[in-house]
Amino acid sequence: MSDPAPQSNDDGYRRGLRGYLSGFLIAALLTAVPFWAVATGRLSAVATIAVIAGCGIVQFGVHLRYFLHVDLSPGKRDELHLILFSLLLLIIMVAGTIWIMVNLNLRMLVMPGGDM
Amino acid sequence: MTSQELWSLALGRLDVDALDFLKAFYAPSENDDILSGAAWVVILGAVTVVALLTIFRAWRPLFRDWLTSVDHKKIGVMYIVLAMVMLVRGVLEGVVMRAQQADGLTGGFLSANHFGQLFSTHGTIMVLFMAMPFLTGLINIVVPLQIGARDVSFPMLNSVSLGFTTAGAALIMISLVIGEFSTGGWTAYPPYTGRVFQPGVGPDYWLWAVILSGVGSTLTGINFVVTIYKERAPGMGFMQMPMFTWTALCTAIMMIFAMPAVTVSSAMLVLDRYLGFHFFTNDLGGNMMNYANIFWLFGHPEVYILVLPAFGVYSEVASTFSGKRLYGYGSLVAATMVIALLSFTVWLHHFFTMGQSADVNAAFGIATMLIGVPTGVKIYDWMATLFRGRIRFTVPVIYLLAFMMLFVLGGLTGILLANPAVDFQVHNTLFLVAHFHNMLIPGVLFGLFAGYTYWFPKIFGFRLNEVWGRIAAFNWIAGFMLAFFPLYVVGAMGMTRRTMAYAEPAFQIWFHIAGVGAALLTAGLASLCVQLWVSIRNREQTRDIGGDPWDGRTLEWATPSPVPEYNFAVIPRVHSREAFASAKAAGAGYPEPASYADIDLPGPTWTGLVMAIFGTTLGFGLIWYMWWLAALSFAVIAVTLIGRAIRGDRHPRVIPAAEVAAEHRAWLARIRALPAAPRTQERSPANRGMAAPEYRDLRP
Ligand code: HEM
Ligand SMILES: [Cu+2]
Repeated sequence: MSDPAPQSNDDGYRRGLRGYLSGFLIAALLTAVPFWAVATGRLSAVATIAVIAGCGIVQFGVHLRYFLHVDLSPGKRDELHLILFSLLLLIIMVAGTIWIMVNLNLRMLVMPGGDM
Repeated sequence: MTSQELWSLALGRLDVDALDFLKAFYAPSENDDILSGAAWVVILGAVTVVALLTIFRAWRPLFRDWLTSVDHKKIGVMYIVLAMVMLVRGVLEGVVMRAQQADGLTGGFLSANHFGQLFSTHGTIMVLFMAMPFLTGLINIVVPLQIGARDVSFPMLNSVSLGFTTAGAALIMISLVIGEFSTGGWTAYPPYTGRVFQPGVGPDYWLWAVILSGVGSTLTGINFVVTIYKERAPGMGFMQMPMFTWTALCTAIMMIFAMPAVTVSSAMLVLDRYLGFHFFTNDLGGNMMNYANIFWLFGHPEVYILVLPAFGVYSEVASTFSGKRLYGYGSLVAATMVIALLSFTVWLHHFFTMGQSADVNAAFGIATMLIGVPTGVKIYDWMATLFRGRIRFTVPVIYLLAFMMLFVLGGLTGILLANPAVDFQVHNTLFLVAHFHNMLIPGVLFGLFAGYTYWFPKIFGFRLNEVWGRIAAFNWIAGFMLAFFPLYVVGAMGMTRRTMAYAEPAFQIWFHIAGVGAALLTAGLASLCVQLWVSIRNREQTRDIGGDPWDGRTLEWATPSPVPEYNFAVIPRVHSREAFASAKAAGAGYPEPASYADIDLPGPTWTGLVMAIFGTTLGFGLIWYMWWLAALSFAVIAVTLIGRAIRGDRHPRVIPAAEVAAEHRAWLARIRALPAAPRTQERSPANRGMAAPEYRDLRP
């Protein structure tokens, strides 16, 4: 498995190190791209947001795979349960927040007689 | 450089005016005297502790045996000591507010600003620095024992969590002596807590205290999820776990998801206040509603983080003290999981009145009412557990019974509030304050007291005094009812919360009754202190030698009291749900292991202590703009953590098998010599921690 082996086992240690380093590189890249997109402003606003969101989601997978060592093998069922539960909660939080804030926003726009 | 500039470089915005404890001398007034007095209590308390430690030459043992220890039981005890100290402050603040409002028709004796600080510190302390450390302490002490583990998965991280929580608590205590606290309530809603309305240090104290303890609790959550997933004794599947462990698991999972929300909302408010961001300001595109949204994404799950472990305690207490198997285990597990999930779907009920459309309100109102269903299931399960049991009226059972009646009442008022139409009438009144104290005091606090009484002998090797325990319980129960039921009335009459004075004479009588309740609550607090004192003095009469003073049913009672550092001489093999009860029923409660093995234990570490000290100075530097102090503290924290991660544990210890065997055999020999106590003698000196076989529920 991708679990880092104890240090006495030189080979396993190397393999573990390689895993972490490649994870680190990919994660850094996925961070740099959105920064680039925002800083240079080359892309349209919609495309920029799409790039940020896309990189964020891939980043999520990279962390799980390289740093938390979660994959789909049967031995990892327990972890998978927790991941699915996390996903459910994230969806509740994000969707709920969007629903609430959009709803509030809509009701702010209609201000008859107001000067907003 | 002028001396002015030098001063501000070194001490930021700190000056003499910030020193509360001097105010009584140069600006005497009733209000400032109280403020100064409180500051002096903190200072004298700290000096007394230092003096006592020095007189009793306790510094070395304190550092060696406690502060640098990674033993989960000792960390648990330290959490509870912290919680008790904060409880004293929290209750006294509550009582001062009660006194102020009893006198509120004529304006009272506090200034508005001081009253604002009181409810803000009281709420913050009670939730984050009393209830959280208390339940974390209980979980720390009990869970590894209940699942038959040697320690938590990450012992060093455990002490780091304690360090961060302590740093947060220390900041709140310091705010009493130096400077002032926020007046923005425990929720700290901007824009009122933004820098336009409160430019001073108050909200910054709140923010850094909350962020530090939030990090601590997140780490605790991670630690316990991993521990419960990975460290269970062989044979213990999820459905063999004791109920308290189940609730601890759900609470730990909720901590992982809820605590980051408050860390994020606080960090955003920090950016607003320190760097001129506009997340939550009135102008320039800020939207303070998102603060309410994120805060309650944490806030509502938080109240279930608090109450679930208390439910776990009540489950253990109900089955142990009625001598029966826990009724409806499966339904209790399911109810716990459902509550944990549903609690993430209701946060909007805390701001029904803040502008959403009726549809949104209706959805969250219905979700809120749904939580009543699994909670009701639990109440029935506990009733069925007690039904036809041979109940012993020990102190934990008294708390349990009070809880079952009072919590249902509080739950009913909660269902009322879950209806947005009703909420529009009573939101922001003392009706709400009565409701949540009705959940928090019988639900959380009584559960914590019950757990404290129940597990005390396991850690210290003697039972707590029954008589003073009952006196305390009576005072807490009666005091609670007198102090908070009147608030339902004045709340429904329209008295708003967080209000120090009123002009309506009809309110006054109710506040006088509540004042009497507050006096009883103070007596309850004092009784707890007396109980501890008397129990320590008379400990020879309540010695728990065998380790099983209550005829317990779960694994923690299969160990000696006090529990040895390594918990179990040999990790037990679990065959059934209430492992110890069924072993005892089969006459095999205390098996002699076939062989012993060496035990590896993690070594002591200074890391947690470094986090506590430099976490405090980090917060203090940030609050007072002493940037050098903040940078220095942050560097120390970072270097310590990273250094420790690279170095690993340099002082691991091995306890040789021979030593374990000798200790364990000595204990077994002592047990065999003990007279077994029947349950009728549970509270007499005849109970030495060896339970006589009782009538047992023999149905499968
Ligand atoms: C033991 C005796 C207690 C007394 C006498 C007491 C009294 C009070 C009073 C007078 C207030 C202010 C009400 C107002 O807004 O006008 C208050 C608020 C509050 N209390 Fe307590 N309380 C007690 C215990 C607790 C406990 C155990 C908890 C939580 C575990 C708690 C949590 C809170 C919270 C969260 C607030 C709201 C603070 C705010 O407005 O931001 N209290 N309490
Ligand atoms: Cu809520």
